[in-house]
Amino acid sequence: MATGRLEMIKEWLARGVIILGMVIVISIPALNRREGPQRIVMHARMAETGGWTPENLTVAVGEPLNLQLTSDDVTHGFAVGQLNQPAVDINPGEMTDVSLMFTKPGKYTFYCTRWCSVNHWRMRGTIEVTDPSAKTELAKPPLYVALGLDIDADRIAGTTPSEIPSVWRGALLNRALPDEFKSLEYYRSHTPIDLWLALRSETAFTDLSNQEVWDLAAWAWLSNTSPGEVQAGRELFSANCAACHGEGGAGNGVFADMLSAGEANIASNPSPGEHTQRPANFTDPVRMLSASPALLQGKIIRGGMGTGMPSWGAIFTDDQTWALIAYLWTFQFNSEVLP
Amino acid sequence: MTRIQEMGWIEEAAAEVINPQSLKREDHPSRINLYRIRWIRTLLENRWPQFMLRAFTLMALVFTIVTALFGSRVGSHNFAIIMVWIAWWSTLKLGFIPFGGRSWCSICPIALPGEWLQQGGILEKRKHRFGLNLRWPKQLKGSWLQSGGFLLIGLFSAITLTDPQVTGWVLLALVFLAIGMSVVFEQRAFCSYICPIGGFSGMYAKAAPLELRVIDQEICNRHADKSCYEACPWGLYPLALKDSSACGLCMECLRACPKDNLALNVRPYGTDLGRPESTSRLDETMLALIMLGSALAFSAVFLGPWGWLKLSAFEIGSLNWFIYAASFLVLNLIFLPGIFTACVWLWKKFTRNGLPMKRLVASQSQGLLPLGLLAWIAFTISFALPKLNVIPEVLNDPFGWGWNLLNISSPTRSVDVSGFSPILQVILLLVGVVWSTQVTNKLSKAAGEKRHMLNLPVLAFYLVYSFAMLWLLVG
Repeated sequence: MATGRLEMIKEWLARGVIILGMVIVISIPALNRREGPQRIVMHARMAETGGWTPENLTVAVGEPLNLQLTSDDVTHGFAVGQLNQPAVDINPGEMTDVSLMFTKPGKYTFYCTRWCSVNHWRMRGTIEVTDPSAKTELAKPPLYVALGLDIDADRIAGTTPSEIPSVWRGALLNRALPDEFKSLEYYRSHTPIDLWLALRSETAFTDLSNQEVWDLAAWAWLSNTSPGEVQAGRELFSANCAACHGEGGAGNGVFADMLSAGEANIASNPSPGEHTQRPANFTDPVRMLSASPALLQGKIIRGGMGTGMPSWGAIFTDDQTWALIAYLWTFQFNSEVLP
Repeated sequence: MTRIQEMGWIEEAAAEVINPQSLKREDHPSRINLYRIRWIRTLLENRWPQFMLRAFTLMALVFTIVTALFGSRVGSHNFAIIMVWIAWWSTLKLGFIPFGGRSWCSICPIALPGEWLQQGGILEKRKHRFGLNLRWPKQLKGSWLQSGGFLLIGLFSAITLTDPQVTGWVLLALVFLAIGMSVVFEQRAFCSYICPIGGFSGMYAKAAPLELRVIDQEICNRHADKSCYEACPWGLYPLALKDSSACGLCMECLRACPKDNLALNVRPYGTDLGRPESTSRLDETMLALIMLGSALAFSAVFLGPWGWLKLSAFEIGSLNWFIYAASFLVLNLIFLPGIFTACVWLWKKFTRNGLPMKRLVASQSQGLLPLGLLAWIAFTISFALPKLNVIPEVLNDPFGWGWNLLNISSPTRSVDVSGFSPILQVILLLVGVVWSTQVTNKLSKAAGEKRHMLNLPVLAFYLVYSFAMLWLLVG
């Protein structure tokens, strides 16, 4: 009988171990769930197959937003516009953790930073950052709006240089320029051709050849940009623009052919938003020398409607847009030091 | 497998008829009886160490199901996916099976709740038992259903191995199936006839270096009580064990034997292999071929460079998936069996062997086991080792909810196996071919009636298979 009781005790001890074990195991998630910050898992897919999921997020100012990013197809990238934070890569089958904290309310745009497909630039989503205590500020309109520019109007260059204007040769001419041409306001609201015409009509420069006036104009023009700005613009261009416009700016990036194929489709597929054009060629003096920085700003931040050019206004900061424009002039003006 | 119910003549049978292998026990001084080693004996005799391991695996199983169903949907951040398909699945193939045969079965939690109901107690059998205790239908015996289960794993592998919820439901379904079968049928019907992992590890256990056998069968013959058979939850009679495929190594017979006539032996690799089959049952042949085919298919889907193949395997229900499923089934059920049978047929013609084809195919298929086992090990090296770094991550944050239980601050780096894995895989598959050839040679010697000749067609089959595996694994 005594052994029977011992067996019984052992059996109940074993049952106790199992029950305790089950209780522990099942209560682990219940006990601890509130401790860690909740993370949002976000899946990235090529725009054709759905883009971001979820696409729209809301977070309060000062609250952390913890994202776990993964890709369901190819390598994507993740960055938030206007934030100036480095982009992260999102690889298929892996998780990338991103923590964000916003200090200003507003509607932010996050976007893909890898050339994942021809519709890569459509991979965008929004983060609405709310702040109940903040009063709404009226945004200052961008320069191209303030100037009332029609950024879609056709432009014709009355005159173009016979060879690429050289900043260095312009500097060596050692001429004093009227002050009005060296201000940032003038630079941003005028085209290089405006400047060339103005300089050509200056009586002080009648001894210069047309090309020499171009060199002088190039020197004056680029005096409004800094090497740091150009470098920042180069990086932005390489990451965001070169896919279509090409590393050399000639409008021949990897997606250019696909975009120009969209041109032919207009007749067969007239649905709006599907049309694309061959990307702009920044080495073309006719197009570029007749554009003011304000006009380029408009093209960049609004995008070219019906051309395939995305709008970058939600993504680039003002400084980034101006830096990008500063870099675009290097396709027109030779700023290298001559031997 | 041989069960005592099928052997009414066992009491009268001469010892050598029942177990030709045990007679040669003295010829195998290379066996070491672990049960004679004192501390191992203490660990095995006492039920608590095994019980605590089983309690632990059961806790792990339940926790795995909870994380699978409620944790992150992202596989690489879910405890369940990583622990089941990386940690456990690899440990099984790299540890339990090659060193202990069916040893995982001795602590597997899936069948435990059902067994506890059957035996009316958690620690040991008690008086009040639960269940109908029906016999398993004779038509469903053998490893056919296990083969089917493994084919199902293969068909849905891309989603089962990556989607935590699917893994969770599969585990839950297995637990309830095991409980249900324990309540309806006698003994470990689920483990013996349904569980694909049981089929997998049981088959390769024949090649493994661990066995449970009687020491002196004369003692068993004279012992009228058969207390080991009474104690066996699997319904096996140790004296009748012809190989290790059916024994779940639960150690109940060791504990029950009043004559201390049972041994847990460490034995040379492949001891069960190379003896010609006395039956023409093709279930294990089929299972062996399905294992080979699955290793190929898993390598192609998970390790191959073909995105379209992964997508096809993943998009269950799509046309592409049906094409994938059809190819997978054709590979396993028609292509490999067809080629293997043709190889055996060629050899039969060469040697003018008079035995029936079915019997020859059944026998010769033993040679597939070493190659299959090593192919799976080679696959595991590429599949699991590079992801081992994820294990601490999911222990740190099992649900993918952003916990930091272990205080790991930076993400761990993945293990770079590219340096040694190709060499290791070549060596493993080479060992597999040589070992399989050795088994085939033994079988050929035993079966060749007119003249002995190595089964060259089957050897060619091994070589072609190994090259296919190497091409997928090493490139």
